[in-house]
This record gives sequence, structure tokens and C-alpha cells, in this order.
Amino acid sequence: MIIAEQKPMETIEEFIKDYKKVLFLGCAGCVTVCLAGGEKETDLLATSLRMKRELEGNPLETVTYTATRQCDPEYVDGIANYVEDVDCVVSLACGVGVQFVAEKYRNKIVFPALNTKFAGGTVEHGVWEERCGLCGDCILHKTGGICPIIRCSKSILNGPCGGSQDGVCEISKDVPCAWHLIVEHMKELGRLDMLMEVQPPKDWSTSRDGGPRKVVREDVKIDE
Amino acid sequence: MGDFEPKIVAFCCHYCAYSAADLAGSMRLQYSDNIRIVEMPCSGKTDQHVLLRAFEEGADGVYVAGCMEGDCHFLKGNFRGKKRVKQLKNILDQIGLGADRVEFYNLSAAMGPRFKEIADEFTERIRNLGPSPLNKSVKSSKGGDVA
Ligand code: SF4
Ligand code: SF4
Repeated sequence: MIIAEQKPMETIEEFIKDYKKVLFLGCAGCVTVCLAGGEKETDLLATSLRMKRELEGNPLETVTYTATRQCDPEYVDGIANYVEDVDCVVSLACGVGVQFVAEKYRNKIVFPALNTKFAGGTVEHGVWEERCGLCGDCILHKTGGICPIIRCSKSILNGPCGGSQDGVCEISKDVPCAWHLIVEHMKELGRLDMLMEVQPPKDWSTSRDGGPRKVVREDVKIDE
Repeated sequence: MGDFEPKIVAFCCHYCAYSAADLAGSMRLQYSDNIRIVEMPCSGKTDQHVLLRAFEEGADGVYVAGCMEGDCHFLKGNFRGKKRVKQLKNILDQIGLGADRVEFYNLSAAMGPRFKEIADEFTERIRNLGPSPLNKSVKSSKGGDVA
């Protein structure tokens, strides 16, 4: 899922300082799971800012709502009555949600309350790790299901590099060497032979250099 | 500020802190009548936004009381409650209410006298801090008591 974390409260306060009535819009998707933008976090942020503004003698009226997903038009359409009623929107979704809301409600400014970090997962409650760099041409079948693109600090395809020591990457003692993990896992699988093949340079045209990417599934498109 | 009577909300876990309050009652211990108790299934159930809402609704101080460490009925609830209170302290500082207005306490069901002590201590602390700035500003802008 997409992992995000809240921007500092002062930053968000600064965004909305000239507005009196603000919609704090949570998202019940990924950011709920990573505890950054769900119903609880939305309420906590709205309440905190409302109290702060009250103390500063500049009262803030807040409306809170948590959409099922801000990255789906049907749910964004469904919040029209909330948006209509406020001066601006603070979205606690990932960057996608913020953009979908801004695109739909063009007469209202939408501020991002979160910093969208990466595609990752929960390794323990309260700890999330990046696991995929969204390269658009997955090579996990060659690397025992461990991604060297994002988990190797140098994104190398033929590792490990000379910086790997005792299973740890040279950038930090807290970062396992992805290539060490790959080699160990392939050994476990009895498939070290697969690592003997030299990997040619990766075709990065599916990654960032082709402009914004798009996925189209003709088979599931609904023709009007 | 001499006649300031703080309003304090105490979120007490069912198994220890609330039982301690009961015991304090049975023992006929007089404790500060500034405390309003809310019984929680576990101190770990007290969400930050509930505590924050108590302040917004007019509390001058809020505390959460759970079991002794290691004795939580739900094993780790009191550790979680304590962490949440710690995090809420940061938020209270950022808002401008001040971290000292919220606290976490541990006590066992057998600690009626300690329950009284905490109630009195915390009331004294809030009395010294004075009314919540939020109450002052709400009072002046709306001309009334919010609680
Ligand atoms: S190879 Fe590419 S798509 Fe596959 S996990 Fe790594 S970054 Fe993601
Ligand atoms: S030590 Fe391992 S993870 Fe770090 S850069 Fe080298 S190969 Fe990549």
C-alpha cells in the first residue's frame, strides 16, 4: 500500500490560516492502514487545529469526513455537499487523493496534510518499510522475491557490491543488504544458478522517463 | 485565580483504577471533588482524540489511570495508554495548552488511598497551572461557561 505520514501541524496550520471553515477529508484506504489519514487521525488533526485557532483568537470551524477512497471518482463525487459548504479542503489522502479532489472541486483549494512516502508494507505495528519502487517492469522472479531496485541502496542488478559486510549495507548498520538477502534466499531455494546469469542494464522506459504512466484494461472498461 | 475550581476528567480503566476509586469510596476517603471519572474498559482504549475532546469541552486537566505495569487485564493496554498520553503531550504543547495538563498514572485495584492521592495531587497541579487557556478564551469570546 501507499505509506504516508502527516506533515508538521504548523505547516498545515499555515496552509489554512486565512480560512474560517475547513473540511478535513480523511481517506479509508492505505492511509488508514498506515495510521496517517484515517478517521481517527483526521479527527485528531481537526480538533487540534480547532483548539489552537481558538486560543489564537481566530476561531476555526471544522467539518470532518472520511471518504472510502479519495482515489476513486465515485467516492470523490459523493462528498460534494461537504466541499460546497467550506472555504477550503485539507486532504489526508496520499497525493493521488489530493489531486482527485482538487480536480473535481475546482473552485476550492485543496491542501495536502500528508507527505506521501513510498509503496511499502507493515513490518510490525507502527513500522513501515519500502518494498517496491514502482519501476513498471518487475524482476522479482529473478531475485527470489526481494526487490533490488528499491531495497538495494544502489539499485544494482548484479550484486552485491563491495559495500556489503556481514549482511549489512554500507549506508547504515540498520539496512540489510538486499543482495545478501537475495543470495541467501536463492541458496535456500537451491537456485543459486539463477544468479549466475549476468543481468543486462534494465529498461527504465517503463519507470519514470516515459512521462506519467497509465494502465488501461480494455476488457473491464465500461463503454457508455 | 483564588476561587478557581479546576474541572478534571479522569479516564479510569475498569480493572484497576476504577476499582481503586470504588475502594476509596468504601474506605470513605475524601478526595478532590474536581474529578469526573469516566470508566474505560482499559486505559489502552483511551484514544487521543477523546482526551483532546475533553479539553475542548472545557476540562482544565485530563488524566488516564490504568493498572500497574505488567498487571494490565489486556496485558499491554496500559503501556499503549501511556504512549498515547505521551504523544498527546506533544500535541498539547503544539496547540498551546501545555503538556502538563495531561498525565498517565498506574495504580492497582487495592490502592484506594493512592487513588485519592492522585486525585488530590493532580487537582493541585492544575490549580497551580490555572484555568485551561482554552476555557479562558472560550469564556471571553462566548461569554459563558462551556462545561
Ligand atoms: S522490480 Fe520494480 S516492480 Fe518489482 S518490486 Fe522492484 S521496483 Fe517494484
Ligand atoms: S551493500 Fe548491498 S544493498 Fe547496499 S548498495 Fe551494496 S549491494 Fe546494494
